[in-house]
Amino acid sequence: MTALEAGSAAPLSVWARLLRRPLAVAGLVVIVVTVLAAVLAPWITPYPPDQQFFDGLTIEGAPLPPNGQYLFGTDLLGRDLLSRLVFGAQTSLLIGVVANGIAVLIGATIGILAGYFRGFIGAVLMRFTDLMMAFPALLLAIVLAATFKPSLWIVALVIAMVNWVQIARVIFTETRSLAERDFVVAERSLGAGSGRILTRHILPHLVPTLLVYSTLGISTTVLLEATLSYLGVGVQPPTPSWGNIIFENQTYFSSAPWLVFIPGVAIIVLALAFNLVGDALRDVLDPTQQGHH
Amino acid sequence: MYRHLMTGVAVAALLLGATGAFADQPKQGGSMIVTYKDDVSTLDPAIGYDWQNWSMIKSLYSRLMDYKPGTTELTPDLAESYSISSDGLTYTFKLRQGVKFHNGRVMTADDVAYSYNRAVDPKTQSPGQGFFKAIAGYDDMAAGKATSLSGVKVIDPNTIAITLSKPDATFLQVVALNFASVVAKEDVAQYGADYGHHPDGTGAFYVDHWTLGQELEFKRNPDYYVKGTPYLDEIDFKIGAEPLTALLQLQKGQVDILGDGIPPAKFLEVMNDPEQKKLVVQGAQLETSYLTMKTTMKPFDNVKVRQAVNMAINKDRIIKIINGRAVPATQPLPPGMPGYDKDFKGYAYDPAKAQELLKEANYDTSQSFDLYVYNTDPNPRIAQAIQQDLAAVGMKANIKSLDQANIIAAGGEPDQAPMIWSGGMGWIADFPDPSDFYGPILGCSSAVKGGWNWALYCNKTVEAEAAKADAMVAPDQQQARADLWKKIFTVDIMADAPWAPVFHEERYTMHTARIAGADNLFVDPVHIPVNYNAVYATDAQ
Amino acid sequence: MPLYIVRRLLQSLLILFGITVVTFILLYLLPADPVRQIAGRSATAATVESIRHQLGLDLPLYQQYGRYLWGLLHGDLGRSYLQKTDVATLIWSRLPATLLLMVGAIACELALGLTMGLFAALKRGSALDQGLMLISFVGVSAPQFVVGILLLYVFAVQLGWFPIGGYGHFSNLVLPALTLGFLGAGWYSRMMRSSMIDVLRQDYVRTARSKGLSRARVLFGHAVPNAILPIVAMIGIDIGVFMSGIVVVESVFGWPGIGQLAWQAIQRVDIPIIMGVTLISALAIVLGNLLADLVTPLIDPRIKLQ
Repeated sequence: MTALEAGSAAPLSVWARLLRRPLAVAGLVVIVVTVLAAVLAPWITPYPPDQQFFDGLTIEGAPLPPNGQYLFGTDLLGRDLLSRLVFGAQTSLLIGVVANGIAVLIGATIGILAGYFRGFIGAVLMRFTDLMMAFPALLLAIVLAATFKPSLWIVALVIAMVNWVQIARVIFTETRSLAERDFVVAERSLGAGSGRILTRHILPHLVPTLLVYSTLGISTTVLLEATLSYLGVGVQPPTPSWGNIIFENQTYFSSAPWLVFIPGVAIIVLALAFNLVGDALRDVLDPTQQGHH
Repeated sequence: MYRHLMTGVAVAALLLGATGAFADQPKQGGSMIVTYKDDVSTLDPAIGYDWQNWSMIKSLYSRLMDYKPGTTELTPDLAESYSISSDGLTYTFKLRQGVKFHNGRVMTADDVAYSYNRAVDPKTQSPGQGFFKAIAGYDDMAAGKATSLSGVKVIDPNTIAITLSKPDATFLQVVALNFASVVAKEDVAQYGADYGHHPDGTGAFYVDHWTLGQELEFKRNPDYYVKGTPYLDEIDFKIGAEPLTALLQLQKGQVDILGDGIPPAKFLEVMNDPEQKKLVVQGAQLETSYLTMKTTMKPFDNVKVRQAVNMAINKDRIIKIINGRAVPATQPLPPGMPGYDKDFKGYAYDPAKAQELLKEANYDTSQSFDLYVYNTDPNPRIAQAIQQDLAAVGMKANIKSLDQANIIAAGGEPDQAPMIWSGGMGWIADFPDPSDFYGPILGCSSAVKGGWNWALYCNKTVEAEAAKADAMVAPDQQQARADLWKKIFTVDIMADAPWAPVFHEERYTMHTARIAGADNLFVDPVHIPVNYNAVYATDAQ
Repeated sequence: MPLYIVRRLLQSLLILFGITVVTFILLYLLPADPVRQIAGRSATAATVESIRHQLGLDLPLYQQYGRYLWGLLHGDLGRSYLQKTDVATLIWSRLPATLLLMVGAIACELALGLTMGLFAALKRGSALDQGLMLISFVGVSAPQFVVGILLLYVFAVQLGWFPIGGYGHFSNLVLPALTLGFLGAGWYSRMMRSSMIDVLRQDYVRTARSKGLSRARVLFGHAVPNAILPIVAMIGIDIGVFMSGIVVVESVFGWPGIGQLAWQAIQRVDIPIIMGVTLISALAIVLGNLLADLVTPLIDPRIKLQ
């Protein structure tokens, strides 16, 4: 049996190995803190996220920079940025995880089928992937915005539609080269069925890549959600999400930089955390793969 | 005409800002650079209808009547003089002699007739076609049954007579509209659909060259019939400039006028700096930003609910959110418009009274409705402020922030968009007359599917009054006419409350010290951003 | 091989055709009425219908599509309702700016990515390695929108080293190209690192060293060229990724390319432009993918072409 099978047969040691990597631990901490903050938001925020305070703006109507009363400052309507940020984590996390999850599922399925079966099926699936890569997702978003009530599920759907393509392509290439490997050819010649080969030999080698990719798209997803909200799909004002806080304040980046950079840093840190954890998981699950792809 | 919130086409207004005297005598010569973010769409006067090309067209072409620079006063322009028949139906214009098109040919009355017919011809697809409906023969031509307007007659090469089908007090304003500009038929024939990119008129400037997406250059017309103007030799429009970048360039003196205005994000910074504040001219606009309420949809089918909305909105707070760039509105007409009532108090901010009215109307506080808003900053913010004000009196609004086209589509449907914030798509009069603020947006004829009367408001009594006012053509009736319109808007319409007027935007034009002129030229109600013909460069040789 | 190319090209045509159908249908489903936008607010119902008829927008859907396709075959991408210009002219005039930006971004991501990956591989396990990999992670994690505004704020507004957006000079290209390429640089540096590590372990490298060749020569003569191959194969895919990136980056920096055009058109629902840009971008993506698919087997002979 391969080193891979030996490693994954002992989940406890996976955790232990993971926790020995400082970067992965840092990532995990960030993720856990964010999830907790999102869940406990109504109880831990100093102010309600939607309340527009009269003293949250200067006399001329300018937002306040971070100060004693409003730790992260206020936005252009006098609302507390910290509270909005914490509540916004709910939307961003939900979208990031759900949309990416769906994307990975679809992308992996199509990539594996195309890469393993090749031939006509493979060609059709790959050309379908090309089609979807060029698909005007933003356009679909406007049509949906005009037709349906705004909802996070539509956003997740549109984002998943955009993101699965990249995953499919990469998985396709990997599956393709894996399928040609000696041991797979050997198994086939021994009469093993496709199902068995796929699950016991190909899939495990793909897990590391899949892990990496499921964490990779998170930051683009968050911003994409903001664009879609702007176009009328997804969360509508006054509901906050990290992406739409940045989006609605983008022109103020030189006069009220905290409105753009604090949520921006939050997105980067969270995405980084996911990526570090994903990367570490990949390393831990398949040490022989280090240096390949 | 559409326009974005912080810049816009004012059509007619008296100035609230100071009208300064000339610092020194205007000199001939020099150039000016104006920045814009978006490409200019078309310079065809029959088609151009956005705030960006509106004044460019005014400077490239001429019309029978025009406005005195910096004011809303009509004065003969291409016409030397005019007379109105005693029945108020026929206007006879005597044209100036020797006016030349940019291509060199002399203009005659035939060209005027051609231009009017072209604007009404369905094949031109002119958005301004409907303005000419007062002219006799319009219906036949619009339906395609005739190829020219029976009411437009060329008497001799220098005289043209236009006959209306019924007296219309706004007709001279229509004559001053861009759609009535005089074009040269041979150029239209030569360029066909591309005429909009090769304009040729009789105006103060002509187009020297145009690189799509980058630069558009105007040069002074040496044969312009108003001697002594324009002062500038050249105007350079730099396209593709982000408002923030343009501001920085202006601060360094690299560009002269911000076509898109001062970016809202920098407004306070500029106005709080005495050096920069000197370069900004402030003026009023003929504009109103308001909430429309669909009178045919629940819950706004009850007048008490609509009145409650009027009382629930804290206009001062909203104006503070936009950095004070507006004045509160008490009525649909803006200050400076004939018929504006400066003593009218309208609905005061009174949430307690609003709640009382809602109770009287048996308002169900568990229901919610959609508030549509244009998604460009600062409109979603304003909508959120309104949302909070409404929530304070027990009305739940859900915001739908969309692009303009979808809002316009929903607004015209009888069962969608119960409440719309007009910001960014607000009504600006096409000409400085109260009639334009009624017909297309509050009149019965536009209370149809696909129309712009988003409140679907139709009051037959008011409609009759409006018709009466517009029939008062004679000069000595004008005061009575203004008074009648005043009553219609403040007493009748505000009582029905199909709208909640919130504020009138102010206009701020920033320019380098190098470009000078009377203040009212920089906030000219008819020309945005400035009156190109009348400003001058102080460093001209 | 030639047969494969021909087959792929035909398939690509089919894809493009599919894109036009999908886009056309989506635009048809929009409730926003383009004729109302053209006719303006003062138009009577009769005027609106007349314009609708002239533009052929009252024809059944399949006929409208047929007309559009016919125009396409003649190089006519239609006419923008709002800009009153031919879509082809608009796209053509803005394409050079976008191409320039893409070239700049590819240069950035290769220069940054390959260098970072190389040093990380050479100093594998060290603090430098970890640091470089962290940077590449940030590149992959940070949304391009935020990176763009950050670079603009720090280097253009505060430090004044570069102009604040705009076009025309080399200095205008630096920040947008960096923003667009930072994501790819993150990718490539990690790929380069693992590729180099792979290559350095190979027998032929040890053989070369034992033959007495200098370290530098082994590195740059043998190792690096081999390590770069799989990365170069991916550049084609980059084009697809860029197509969505340019919408963001061009808007942040005011870069007059087709990305800016696309974003404006989407906001204003200018249907002909949306169709035109979607097509062009689809064409670029399809060609990019084709390129990548053709190059990859050349690098890995084990993958047979089908």
